[in-house]
Amino acid sequence: MSFGANLKKVFSQNIREYGMYIALFVIMAIFAVTTKGTFISARNISNLVNQMGYIAVLAVGMMLVIVARQIDLSVGFLAGFLGAVAAIAMTQWNLPVFIVIPMILVFGILAGLLTGFMVAQLKIPAFVASMAGWLAYRGLILLVTEATGTIIIPDETFNAIGNGFIPDFGGSFLPGIHKVSLLIGIIAIVAFIYNEIRSRNKKQAYGFEVLPTEMFIMKLVIISLLVGTISWILASYQGFSWTLVIVLIVAGVYDFVANKTIIGRHIYAVGGNPEAAELSGISVSKILYLVFGSMGMLAALSGILFASRLKSATTTAGNLFEMDAIAACYIGGVSAAGGVGKIMGAIIGALVMMSLQNGMQLMGTGISLQYVIRGLVLTAAVIFDVATRNRAK
Amino acid sequence: MATPILEMKGITKEFPGVKALSNVSFQVAENEIHCLVGENGAGKSTLMKVLSGVYPHGTYTGEILFNGKEQKFGGIADSEKAGIAIIYQEMALVPEMTVYENIFLGHEIGNGTVIDWDETIKQAGDMLKRVRLDVNPATKVKDLGVGKQQLVEIAKALSKNVKLLILDEPTSALNEDDCENLFKLLRELKQHGVTCVLISHKLKEVIGIADTVTVLRDGKTICTLDAKAGEVSESILIKHMVGREINNVYPPKDHKPSNEVVLEVKNWSAYNTVLGRTILKDVNFYVKKGEVVGFAGLMGSGRTELALSIFGNPDHYRISGELFLNGKKRTFHNPQEAIDAKIAYVTEDRKTDGLILIQDVKQNITLANLHEIANNGVVDNNAEVKVATGYRGELNIKTPTIEQKVGNLSGGNQQKVSLGKWLFVKPNVLILDEPTRGIDVGAKYEIYTIMTRLVKQGMSIIMISSELLEVLGMSDRIYVLSSGRITGELPIEEATQEKIMKLATD
Repeated sequence: MSFGANLKKVFSQNIREYGMYIALFVIMAIFAVTTKGTFISARNISNLVNQMGYIAVLAVGMMLVIVARQIDLSVGFLAGFLGAVAAIAMTQWNLPVFIVIPMILVFGILAGLLTGFMVAQLKIPAFVASMAGWLAYRGLILLVTEATGTIIIPDETFNAIGNGFIPDFGGSFLPGIHKVSLLIGIIAIVAFIYNEIRSRNKKQAYGFEVLPTEMFIMKLVIISLLVGTISWILASYQGFSWTLVIVLIVAGVYDFVANKTIIGRHIYAVGGNPEAAELSGISVSKILYLVFGSMGMLAALSGILFASRLKSATTTAGNLFEMDAIAACYIGGVSAAGGVGKIMGAIIGALVMMSLQNGMQLMGTGISLQYVIRGLVLTAAVIFDVATRNRAK
Repeated sequence: MATPILEMKGITKEFPGVKALSNVSFQVAENEIHCLVGENGAGKSTLMKVLSGVYPHGTYTGEILFNGKEQKFGGIADSEKAGIAIIYQEMALVPEMTVYENIFLGHEIGNGTVIDWDETIKQAGDMLKRVRLDVNPATKVKDLGVGKQQLVEIAKALSKNVKLLILDEPTSALNEDDCENLFKLLRELKQHGVTCVLISHKLKEVIGIADTVTVLRDGKTICTLDAKAGEVSESILIKHMVGREINNVYPPKDHKPSNEVVLEVKNWSAYNTVLGRTILKDVNFYVKKGEVVGFAGLMGSGRTELALSIFGNPDHYRISGELFLNGKKRTFHNPQEAIDAKIAYVTEDRKTDGLILIQDVKQNITLANLHEIANNGVVDNNAEVKVATGYRGELNIKTPTIEQKVGNLSGGNQQKVSLGKWLFVKPNVLILDEPTRGIDVGAKYEIYTIMTRLVKQGMSIIMISSELLEVLGMSDRIYVLSSGRITGELPIEEATQEKIMKLATD
């Protein structure tokens, strides 16, 4: 087969997966043009990555929730509420930050398990159970910030999570470039290429279908270029932010759990066919506790990232976060029927949602129009998904 | 025979790979009660679906004459307009609505937009009188017993001016009084010009009420018998229902079960709290090492429920009784515990609760025993591929690669994946629920061969099957279930199709 024909075949087979990358690319290209380059400036890309952190971690958790055929609407205000609790813990209870952060994460897990209890044990539909949480946490934010209003967080360490960058070494070598970030980028590329080649060889040894050689090389080149470019852009500004590091760790760990572990398999099995999963010895209710518990923990993390970024806890923190996270999952190719969805998809989806928000802000688009356009993009993503899915049948 | 109200001529209906009906003829005379009997899968329900327009004109070949006119129903609405109503086993009522709302659901009384509730309630009352049901029309359907719900269904049919009423297994969920009532009503309706077709498994009942009986077998009309002329008896019906020759489609039996009892169940009863009825009553049975024990019975006899109640009881029945595994008393609280005790259950319906169709062959095969191929909770992909490749070869699963989605495989190959999945838990007792349903002859033979191989290796197999020939061809011993009870145990030497059918319809 010729390269062109191969390209066409691989492309049409994987159109759903590639679709979101293309959408991201198109959106970024449009904003690059309409903002005369400001959108893709090093400063703005760095800013964009930091902005998307709190949605990206929520989207990762939400991905598993939706894969398991559930939904969690409570996480936006839960994030906001826990961010406020963190602020109070530091400013009023005078707890040190290294105690506050694990404590908030534990609170998040407990809140998630509560939703899990209602869904798994009391058999309340997740939509209703989490909507009750949505209302309750909304109220709780107002309650705890009632006396103070916005709580300013003075702790430097805490605020660095959402605003700081990883340190650099190497002194005067390559001035103006963040060497550690660049190095991490290069290591990531090498590791990626090594892994891909190894897994391809293994697959070939088993006689599985693999990409044709030219396509495979093309894929390696494109992704390496992408990672390299982003690393370079970030390195030429202030380097990788702590937020980016956290998002990458969360995404890495969740991707590993989802794809490589028994627990991951069980989650996808429950989403794919709960009856079959139960009869295969999988406790569906345990899995539900797990995905809601993890969701709660990530909501807490999201709250920390957001409060840290604003250096304060506000009364409206968390508003519509859950919707952005859910939208990110759908743009990232999750199936509403359950059992299908990738962690990487959630990250790309979050990036799409945040690029839209950031780009339109740069363009000076009115807030009203911003919502409408985000709605249209989400609709387009789902229409595309349904259309390609039907064609696959 | 009196003038026929219904004539179905040369009806053939094919599904991909299966001929469900082949040149079936079916004639019903006006004002009679006509019973349609046959084994599971004989084609009774398919025939009724053709008649009522569920399978519209054009999807089958043949002719339907109703009231002397040729009919080409495009849907249920058309057949209802012509005066045919069908009442299914599972009721088609809306539980949260009242009796009168249900009776006129879909053909409301009013001016086309606004419903005339007063008139609706009045007419509903008249209908209820006709079916001799003494309840307030404003009662919610969910508050009525099953027997009364059935009468509401009939009232609903009557409100549509039905001339031909079809009842599919109407008595399977009813107690004796309700049955008695229903039959009295059907005889009365007959006097008032309503012809009735009754599908039933219970032969005594059929003999009691039928004017005429038609027997279907393997999608063909076998005979139509005049009950009034005394042509019908239980043994005649059974003979026509099963009358097939056993041809040599089973691998030779060259294994011998040992005398060691592996699994024994004593005084086993189960109560389904959701449906609110007893589904198993005082069941006693045992299985020996290296033995194939067949469980025969008709649909709804409690075979699947028995298997589930043993296999960790995932539906949470209230169970009493004792279960012994290798002589030790055991209680399994969930399927995982049963799997840990080396019991495996291959489900009846691989698509709804057996396989994960959107996942690939290897993921399905390893699902129930991932620990075997994992280190510290991380699945070893190499080990997984080896396991899946092994079963693919051993069971001859025809798939391009083990990374193929199971939903893309044929029924027979799906069944083999399902079997592979459960063999991978390395069971001592393997429960197979309808192991060859919906798969072709070649794949069937392969499954039988695998079963024979497994028992030779010392595995014990419980095989639940509606196919009598399969039960007779594969089992070393047979239990027959009917209405949640074991009505008989037959050593294979004594078992015949007639004997099983008699016990199953007991």
